[in-house]
Amino acid sequence: MYTFDIERPSTVGDAVKLLSDSTESQPLGGGQTLIPTLKQRLAMPDRLVSLGGITEIQGISQDDGGALCIGGGVTHADVAAGAGAYAALAGLAGKIGDPAVRNRGTIGGSLANNDPSACYPSAVLASGATVVTNTREIAADDFFDGLFTTALEEGEIITEVRFAVPQKAAYMKFEQPASRFALVGVFVAKYADGVRVAVTGASEGGVFRWAEAEAALSTNFAASALDGLSLDGSGMISDLHGSGDYRAHLVAVMTRRAVEAA
Amino acid sequence: MEPRVAVGDYNRSTGDSTLYTTSQNPHVIRLLMGAFVLGIPEHKLRVVAPDVGGGFGSKIFHYAEEALCTFAAKALNRPVKWTCSRSEAFISDAHGRDHVTKIDLALDADNNFTAVRTETYANMGAYLSTFAPSVPTWLHGTLMAGNYKTPLVYVNVKAVFTNTVPVDAYRGAGRPEATYQLERVIDKAAIELGVDPIALRRQNFITEFPYATPVAVEYDTGDYVATMDKLEEMADLSGFEARLAESQAKGKLRGLGVNCYIEACGIAPSNLVGQLGARAGLYESATVRVNATGGLVVMTGSHSHGQGHETSFAQVVADMIGIDENMVEIVHGDTANTPMGMGTYGSRSLAVGGSAMVRATEKIIAKARKIAAHLMEAAEADIELKDGQFSVAGTDKSVAWGDVTLAAYVPHNYPLEEIEPGLEETAFYDPANFTYPSGAYACEVEVDPDTGKVTIERFSAADDFGNIVNPMIVSGQVHGGLAQGIGQALLEGCGYDENGQLLTGSFMDYAMPRASDVPFYSVDHSCQTPCTHNPLGVKGCGEAGAIGSPPSVVNAVVDALRRGGHDVTHVDMPLSPSRVWSAMQG
Repeated sequence: MYTFDIERPSTVGDAVKLLSDSTESQPLGGGQTLIPTLKQRLAMPDRLVSLGGITEIQGISQDDGGALCIGGGVTHADVAAGAGAYAALAGLAGKIGDPAVRNRGTIGGSLANNDPSACYPSAVLASGATVVTNTREIAADDFFDGLFTTALEEGEIITEVRFAVPQKAAYMKFEQPASRFALVGVFVAKYADGVRVAVTGASEGGVFRWAEAEAALSTNFAASALDGLSLDGSGMISDLHGSGDYRAHLVAVMTRRAVEAA
Repeated sequence: MEPRVAVGDYNRSTGDSTLYTTSQNPHVIRLLMGAFVLGIPEHKLRVVAPDVGGGFGSKIFHYAEEALCTFAAKALNRPVKWTCSRSEAFISDAHGRDHVTKIDLALDADNNFTAVRTETYANMGAYLSTFAPSVPTWLHGTLMAGNYKTPLVYVNVKAVFTNTVPVDAYRGAGRPEATYQLERVIDKAAIELGVDPIALRRQNFITEFPYATPVAVEYDTGDYVATMDKLEEMADLSGFEARLAESQAKGKLRGLGVNCYIEACGIAPSNLVGQLGARAGLYESATVRVNATGGLVVMTGSHSHGQGHETSFAQVVADMIGIDENMVEIVHGDTANTPMGMGTYGSRSLAVGGSAMVRATEKIIAKARKIAAHLMEAAEADIELKDGQFSVAGTDKSVAWGDVTLAAYVPHNYPLEEIEPGLEETAFYDPANFTYPSGAYACEVEVDPDTGKVTIERFSAADDFGNIVNPMIVSGQVHGGLAQGIGQALLEGCGYDENGQLLTGSFMDYAMPRASDVPFYSVDHSCQTPCTHNPLGVKGCGEAGAIGSPPSVVNAVVDALRRGGHDVTHVDMPLSPSRVWSAMQG
């Protein structure tokens, strides 16, 4: 590891101030991606601004409308333990990585990083969640912008993620054999006004919604509604662990299983 | 698993160089690096490889960093340390296996094997690692008869240079490659002929020993029928249909795979490997030093990097004398205080290193017997050693082990005209033959027909390792070997892109087997045909699991796919979900 400075502000305001001064800074959530990146010198900011000491981005609560509000700094382990009102989300969080990852990694960090194989983006997109930052509220459909890219501006911090709790939901992950990240992960959420299906791990464009499956399931929320539906493998990631066609096939399998489990 | 480390040190006042390194064979590194790389005579170079966190073959070889640290320490006159990161390990440690093979099996009208012909391209990587050419040649071709009395065996291996990381010995080294192709082609023959794969194997077993194979080696002993009988009992083959029905009810495919294996270990008779082209002698050494108060230090040329030699070696020596194991200390891994040894690999430590230790201890006992005879004023022929007591046969006269050892170092009443004081002996042991552990393995898998994911539901291993010193250590070795074999069969593999860039450069892409990937094993080593040519009757158990398990896993997956209606006869390892799914697509 190289030498860098670290600041531990206690308010979002102080963190934003630090991130906007002239020093080259990087916000640090749980560090599950950033720290390995620094160790490999793939990024070398002069200063890290840890968000770990900011109490106002901690905590899980429900607002008056029943939406589940999770602070941007809440760890996966805390979501797994404390998001019982949205069991599919808690279940997803409880199966990210291993205990060490879950005890350090945060929902805000994961979303800001937008790894194409991360689990959380599928839950946020399938739930039509709202990503709240220090400056604005961003709808899930506007937040994700391709691999490792989001609508966040420089120095913008995710303070909360608000999930409307669906009538039924489930997440099904097929693990990549080595990393255990999602080779394909599908989150299905059924709301009064329709079904949303979000897919992670599969596409070269990052997390996406499967419109045909959503339409079919909105009419009939049953696995059989998916009969005959398939995705084209051409836009899918193709690597050592599976071709685009294999991933496209897995999306259909995992969607079906998620519907059955919901 | 532990990444490699090297520390070079230089003493300007004596001109001595010391290398601390993670090696399975410090004397070999001293010889190779001193004589052939740096030009340092062996008496001015010490190599220390203390407890090492796993070897599995990859730490046999001499690596450039060892020489660089030793050289730089002298040039700078200060210690120089290098530690390998995991990423560096992936691109600098020798890789394993990597053969491309075509095998044919000929059978007569009665299904007797009449000939085996195999052609292999063996990847050496970009340049030769220390033992690379031995692996596909005398550790591979010599095993192509397997457990079967096939009269004609033709083996042609072409070693090829490529632009990959060098490829060298990895747990089993050549023998897994031999076992895999033979046991796969036998299953394929059973499919084509519509016969039971176990019956086909039994019909062709070698049953009389010693057996000279058509490929340069002579099996001294074995009982392949006994291990197969034991396996059938352990694997509960009669319950398979019921388990198959359970799997089908869950929407899963289920398959059963069986294979046999034979390996040549206890490596190796120096004259034989010399004839086969090896440039090393493969004896082993031990010095047994008895202290005045009766405790022993055994300095072995074998190297312990997780094998538990400290336990099993001490058991052997303590048993010979009849004293407590805690009176025996095993010292290894330092060229300054162990005799020239060839190190640990090829399941050789107990069979070859242990035999050297037995020979040295026999010399100790012979001398101690002379001292005891003198102390009791009896004839040497009448002296018996039992439970740490020397006694005169037919009398109540006895003298304790400790009294004899004290007399050796305080020789006031001692046969000085006959023997020297002191009690320390060295022996070198060169085996008369390889040892030939063998066994039969069975694997049951479930395959998810929607995703191609394979899970191992049952695994049974019946091994014949000859005599057993420590059953728990042997079971541990088999468990570890099976995990590695299952890892090879299902998960592990090195991939490169079209530019020669290693794609599997971290555990994010290189799939290591984890606890959840392996089942609870059923292992048995009660079938024992002792080795006929070493004093312990042991054969070695370190590599068997890794050698024997891949074919049964693949046989089981192919069986599952066929039972599921897929006309598949082969899938290449590793059987990743993606590959199995592709095989099902036809």
